[in-house]
Formats: sequence, structure tokens, C-alpha cells
Amino acid sequence: MEQYRIDPSKGMEFGLYSLGDHIPNPLTGERVTAQQRINELIEASKLSEQAGIDVFGVGESHQTYFTTQAHTVVLGAIAQATNKIKITSSATVLSVSDPVRVYEDFATIDLISDGRAEIVAGRGSRVGAYHLLGVNLQDYEEIFEEKLELLKKINEEDHITWQGEFRPALQNAQILPQPKNGSLPIWRAVGGPPASAIKAGFMGIPMMLTTLGGPAINFKPSVDAYREAAERNGFDSKTLPIATTSLFYVADTTKEALQGMYPHINGGFQAIRGGGYPKQQFAQAPDTRDALMVGSKQQIIEKLLYQHELYGMQRFMAEIDFGGVPFEKIMKNIEIIGNDIIPAIKKYTTQ
Amino acid sequence: MKITVISGSIVGSKTKTAMSKVVQMLENKYSEHEVTLLDLADYKVEFSDGRNFFEYEGDTKYVAETIMGADAIIIGTPVFQASIPGTLKNIFDLLPVNAFRDKVVSMLVTAGTPKHYLMVEQQLKPILAYMKAQIVQTYVFIEEKDFYRKEITNDDVLFRMERLVEDTVVLTETYRSIREAKEAKYDF
Repeated sequence: MEQYRIDPSKGMEFGLYSLGDHIPNPLTGERVTAQQRINELIEASKLSEQAGIDVFGVGESHQTYFTTQAHTVVLGAIAQATNKIKITSSATVLSVSDPVRVYEDFATIDLISDGRAEIVAGRGSRVGAYHLLGVNLQDYEEIFEEKLELLKKINEEDHITWQGEFRPALQNAQILPQPKNGSLPIWRAVGGPPASAIKAGFMGIPMMLTTLGGPAINFKPSVDAYREAAERNGFDSKTLPIATTSLFYVADTTKEALQGMYPHINGGFQAIRGGGYPKQQFAQAPDTRDALMVGSKQQIIEKLLYQHELYGMQRFMAEIDFGGVPFEKIMKNIEIIGNDIIPAIKKYTTQ
Repeated sequence: MKITVISGSIVGSKTKTAMSKVVQMLENKYSEHEVTLLDLADYKVEFSDGRNFFEYEGDTKYVAETIMGADAIIIGTPVFQASIPGTLKNIFDLLPVNAFRDKVVSMLVTAGTPKHYLMVEQQLKPILAYMKAQIVQTYVFIEEKDFYRKEITNDDVLFRMERLVEDTVVLTETYRSIREAKEAKYDF
């Protein structure tokens, strides 16, 4: 765990992440400017640090309703604005970028932040980036595997000699600057089904697993498959951290939480998936066994502890800004997370 | 209410004839509703490649978005090789898994002979159920002999079609009111 800068003696980590959501607030129909949204994210990272949140992530999505396409630039600003919170991507769509360039960017963020940077590399679940940046969707699987392997190699070796299909060969190349302590934690972003979890395990790379909703138990096979694949390929799964992620909204009471989140999750799904979030399904969500993180403080704590028992993850990442959530609601969530949620989960998950 | 009528084949005339008749019946009886006919022969629809339905372009986007925007869908299909035609299956493949949630879907089949009259039960209904449709259980099966020069000549078929149209509209209104009553009970 140490090489991934995870210290189990401090309990499960709690992080926030954003995709740079830029959906109009469904309650007002209004949308803040991209500039304001980006500045709010930087502000949210500072508040998160003050609240004792462990990690802050920003991801890229190259289409309408998002603002952080240049997520590394935003992470650079966050590195400068904060002092101790870990900084990660959530995720970097590695398939559309050059791993060398990605490594240079994150090594630089690591230096600016004095050793706090991490990479979460994913394939992306939307096609926007592929079209915009000229990557053939036919290569979706292979291009990612090749690029992730190269990224891992860059992280592990000083001089890189490498040859592949989707990028010119490297001959004894030095990738500079080097991160502060010689390497970066690099995670693989994994969607729900086990297929990509197995690939992460096979590669012996930490996994960040999305558990966006529905019964938490449904994601357990992916966790098991990940560890099993790691073991089968000669890695000790106990040394590989797992993070899970979910949409998140906490309030003083269940009713307030449901009322606070529903317009945003429904509007957000409508905007990016073309269909709203069914009320019937949402009404079930506060149940401890449902993965969607909505509820009172106590319900959220119970959900996190239940999932921690189920998956044994080292980190939980919450997305609190999906669907045009206004900044005052974001601030309120950060406050409750810092005051009530983190102390409780640290207390029960410290090893 | 938005009603989309699909003619699921790009060849032949029977399904098109039947679905044009359905549109005519809807317009006569339910002129207050918005009816759109999607005759797949009129559109150049791409094969599904797994992207979100609204990320396609041109005809593909139009067809997918029109279906997704409907409250009720009446699907007309011929029988090809003991099943639905690939053109219709491709439409389902373009859409998300829950595409028909909160939608009523009814079916009408045209065929040369009665040999495959259970095709709908065995093949089309399971797809619609998987995609969360509220299915109108009875469907209309029309044979070659019921047509004469692009007109339906069997009165029994015409009466059945009228009942199918009526059931589709009534069930859509019913499910909507059930849903509204249920959602009104949630306090969010």
C-alpha cells in the first residue's frame, strides 16, 4: 500500500471528485459560466482540504455539459491552491492522450503539489473525446491497454525503450520531470462489470471502481474478480488498493437529502444519458444496501461502513456536483462530510 | 401524448400499408395526440456501435430520438427468417437498455403465412420486456391473404387494428395516471 501512498492505519480515505459538470441547474434553468464553474472547483478543493477530506479529483469529458476538458490544468491550479490534500484525475481518458505527455503533466503537478499527485486512467464512457481528438473507436480496447502499459512502464523505469502500435517507439527515453519521489500512484478507472476489473487485477494496478447506484452487492463480483486476477498473475492483492465511487448527497434528514438531490440527478441523467432517474428507484436509494450515496448523515455513514465491509476498499470517492448543483449545496455537503462523516468512518475503519 | 408508429422493414409493402392504416386510425380517433410515422425505408440508419443514442448523427439520431421522445410506440414488423428483420433489431440496439421504461408498446405483424404466428411471443416480446416496455399483450397478425393491392381487405383485421390502437392509447393514459399517483406520494 505504501507505494500508492495509502496508510491503512489512518482508516479509509474519503475523497471528492468532479467531471467538471456544467449542466444548467434544473431548479432555475440557469447555468453559471465555465469560468465560474472552474473557479468554484478550485474553491471546493480548498474547502475540502480544510474539512479534512483526503483526496480531490478532477476528470475530463470532451463534450457539452462539461468544463474540465483540460483537467490537468485545473489540477495544477488546485495543486497551487492547496497544501495537503491528495490530487488525482477522475479520470484521465488515457486512450485519447499520449502517455508520455500525461506522465509529464502529472509529474509536474506532483512537483507543484510537493508529492500529492496521482493518475486515474480510464477509457472514457462517452465518445466525444474519441471523435474530437481523432481516435478510432474500433481500437477502444486495445489502445487503452497499450497506453496503460506504457504509462506503468514510464512510472517504473528510468530509461524507456518501448514499441507499440498506437504511438511512435521510444529508444532509451528519459521522461522528465520525474515526480518528487520517483513514481506516482497510478490507478485504473473501472466501470461496473467485472471485465475491466479483471484487466486491472491482471496488470497489478490499483482499481477505482464506479458504483453509481443499485444494490451495492452487485459490484462485489468485480472486486472479487479484481483480487483473484491479481493473485493469479502473481501479485499480492493485499498490497493493491481499491477505491469506489458514487454520486453523493448528504443532508440533516433523509427527506432533505432526497429533495436536495433528486432534481439534479434526474436533470443530469436527462442531459447526459437522455432519460431521467426513475423516482421509484430513487426512493429505494437511502437503503443501506443501495450503492447510491443519498441520505441523512447516519444513513451515509452506515452505507459507507456496509460497503467497506463488503469490498474492503481503501478509499471512497464522492461526486457531489453532478447535475448543476449550485455551489451553496456543494459547500454544505463538504461541511457535513468534514464534521460528521469522516470522523465516523475513520473511527470504524482504522486498522 | 406522443405516439410513434414504426414500420420496421425497408422492403415490401405489407407492413408499410398496415402502419399507414394505423396512423390513419389514430388521426381519425385521437386527433389531439401527436402521431409520427417512422417508415424505416425512408431513413438511412447506421448500425449500432454502442454510443449513446443522441450521439449519432443525421437519420440515425432522428429515428432514435423520436422513439425515445414517445409516450407510446406501435411497432409494425414483417417476419424474416422466422424472426424480426435486422433493420428493426438494429433500432433496439441503438437504444439504451431502459429505453421503453414508462412507455407503452404494441405490435402488429405482417407475414406471408401463419407459420410464424408465435414469433412475436418468442422473440419480440422478450426484447421489449427487457427494455422495460409496458407491452400491450394482444397483437394483430396480418397475412398475405388479408391484403389486396396495398389495402387491407379483411374486416376482422381492421377491427382488430382499431382495438389495438384504442388499447395502446388507453393503456398509455392508464399507466401515466398510475405513475403520477405513485410519484405524488414521494416527498422529493
